[in-house]
Amino acid sequence: MLQLPSIYAEYIHRWLPELLYYCLATLAITGVSFILAVAIGLFFALCRTSRYRLLQTIAIVYIEIARGLPIVVILYIVYFAPPQIWPGDWKWFTTFLGAVIGLGIHGGAILAEVFRSGIEALHKGQREAALTLGMTPAKAMMYIILPQAMRIVLPPVGNYTIGLLKDTALCSLIGANELMNDAKSIAFADYQPMAVFVLVAAIYFAMSYPLSLGVRYMEARMSVGR
Amino acid sequence: MSFLEVLNAKGWYFLGRLLEGLPWTVASFVCSLAFALVFGLFVALLRLSPWRLLRIPAVTYIEFFRGTPALVQVFVIYFGLPDIGFQPSPFQAAVVGLGLNGAAYLSEIYRAGIEAIHRGQMEASLSLGMTPARAMRYIILPQAIRTMLPPMTNFAIVLLKDTAIIFAVGVSELMSNARELVTETLQSAVVYVMVGVIYLCMTIPMARIAARLERSKQAWQ
Amino acid sequence: MNPLLRIVDLHKRFVSLEVLSGIDLNVARGEKVSIIGPSGSGKTTLLRCINYLEKPSSGHIYIDGNLIGEKQTNGGYVHLSDRELAKERQEIGFVFQRFNLFPHLTALGNVTIAPQKVLGLSKDEAERRGREMLEKVGLSHKINEYPERLSGGQQQRVAIARVLAMQPKLMLFDEATSALDPELIGEVLRVMRQLAEEGSTMVIVTHEIQFAGEVSDRVVFMDQGRIVEQGPPRDVLLNPRQPRTREFLKHLQER
Repeated sequence: MLQLPSIYAEYIHRWLPELLYYCLATLAITGVSFILAVAIGLFFALCRTSRYRLLQTIAIVYIEIARGLPIVVILYIVYFAPPQIWPGDWKWFTTFLGAVIGLGIHGGAILAEVFRSGIEALHKGQREAALTLGMTPAKAMMYIILPQAMRIVLPPVGNYTIGLLKDTALCSLIGANELMNDAKSIAFADYQPMAVFVLVAAIYFAMSYPLSLGVRYMEARMSVGR
Repeated sequence: MSFLEVLNAKGWYFLGRLLEGLPWTVASFVCSLAFALVFGLFVALLRLSPWRLLRIPAVTYIEFFRGTPALVQVFVIYFGLPDIGFQPSPFQAAVVGLGLNGAAYLSEIYRAGIEAIHRGQMEASLSLGMTPARAMRYIILPQAIRTMLPPMTNFAIVLLKDTAIIFAVGVSELMSNARELVTETLQSAVVYVMVGVIYLCMTIPMARIAARLERSKQAWQ
Repeated sequence: MNPLLRIVDLHKRFVSLEVLSGIDLNVARGEKVSIIGPSGSGKTTLLRCINYLEKPSSGHIYIDGNLIGEKQTNGGYVHLSDRELAKERQEIGFVFQRFNLFPHLTALGNVTIAPQKVLGLSKDEAERRGREMLEKVGLSHKINEYPERLSGGQQQRVAIARVLAMQPKLMLFDEATSALDPELIGEVLRVMRQLAEEGSTMVIVTHEIQFAGEVSDRVVFMDQGRIVEQGPPRDVLLNPRQPRTREFLKHLQER
């Protein structure tokens, strides 16, 4: 451990550029899964809060399963199961795609509950006021409920994003080309696992910490009032 | 053969093979949970202490272990420690790694629980003539524990799911057995779905308990 | 003459508790009716039934001769969904006790959102109407403020402007001043008085007996889900015939 500074001095100019390049892949996975998770989450949150029993049940089942499974298991099922069940040409199904879908499915379940509590947190009076002005429930949801709910859910969504960033490391376990995977190659190629993994930890930290501070700032601003 | 045909023919055999990994999953879960519960309390007390010298290491620890992926932490311990002379077994590395990670999260739960009760209750206890220690023991901690139970249960569920990553350092738990089985039989769909179901059998009941605890906590508040 | 609002034998049950036990009430166009009574008498429930925020257990409501809130099927009557009710609710204005302003919109935003999104007015038309209504309630200088920066009285006045912008046939006031600090009540009552003088049709549930007396054409006293007595303010408030009415009014004076 005391040798770390000298190890870094020797290798870092080789490691860092490559690792930072794979950071972009990590950020790309994070970004695309985030969008997918928000879309899925919003859809199931609306199902969960709708007045149709069937939609509610479908949402509950989806959320319970996707939240109850470890992310690794979801990734493995998403990436390995379809090509095995339906034989054919699967070359287009990259690890990136598998990673994004897997993370999106898991994230969708988490965000569905976040959005739901945001929607339910609003005072019943808001919906009533909208309805008494002649809005249909759909319009009330679109112009009055959701805009306010989005503001409330910003901190939990921020926290989810930070978790998502860290979870991209799990995609290395299905072979996705991102930071963790590259770290493993370098670590064993140069026989310096401790140095490399500590460096990679620092890189993840450098990416997540600013987000953390951002979320905390948002939470502070929201509790004081707009 | 289709999914259902395989399930029918080899289902029980697969289940048996997979469940061989269950003891390791449960063992890593229990051990890292214990580690995290104890170490997390220690970190929380440091975090709450009035002395900067104790608070700063605690805050650094918490920020760092919450800001980096658990997988990286486990890797650092398993692959990194040998560099300085310690050769942990995969199980040990997993437990320590998940435990350190968990302690960072738990310490914040402890802190939130204690701070939520702290102010007015402490003042009331002190004005009744209790010492701070007595107040802590009879008034603050009993309430804090009831507040903390739901988030702690949720944390336990997360920890259980995190044990699914430790196959990467060689622990023979559920996922590890699943991958072996798939290598042998090539039946990824059936095997991985079965693993998923096994996990759900553990996490869904835990989630129900957590929800019930949350409801009774709200009623009590 | 056709009454604007006609309530026929209205009943409302919450599980086993009957909150409204057969209400019959007619309100003529331009008439102002105040409803007074002790808490639990069902006055708020009655008001909320008129625009179907609560669905009556039985009975019917007609606005301008049209049955609202229900449709006739071959068996009998079926309640409309909120989506179907939206059109009918455009003609009924409701002012809440707790204002229920939309916190993410400015005062002007609150007043213009329904004209724009429900009536389909253009942004300019909606804003023109909105400014006019806000000026009417005396809040031209606050059009760009968010609700959290407004006092309770100002918020309630914005709420009234919001309702006026929809140009409803009928206005319902659910204890519009009960949630206000005493010194802020006056400004809201002033606006309500102005609306009354301009000829709006109003049904007002209130604790402000004096105001009810000044502004109403008719006062209705409710107790335990029934209309006990109704008539011109001079009769009901100064010379009540029913003992329960007398008891209620005496109680108020003692407070």
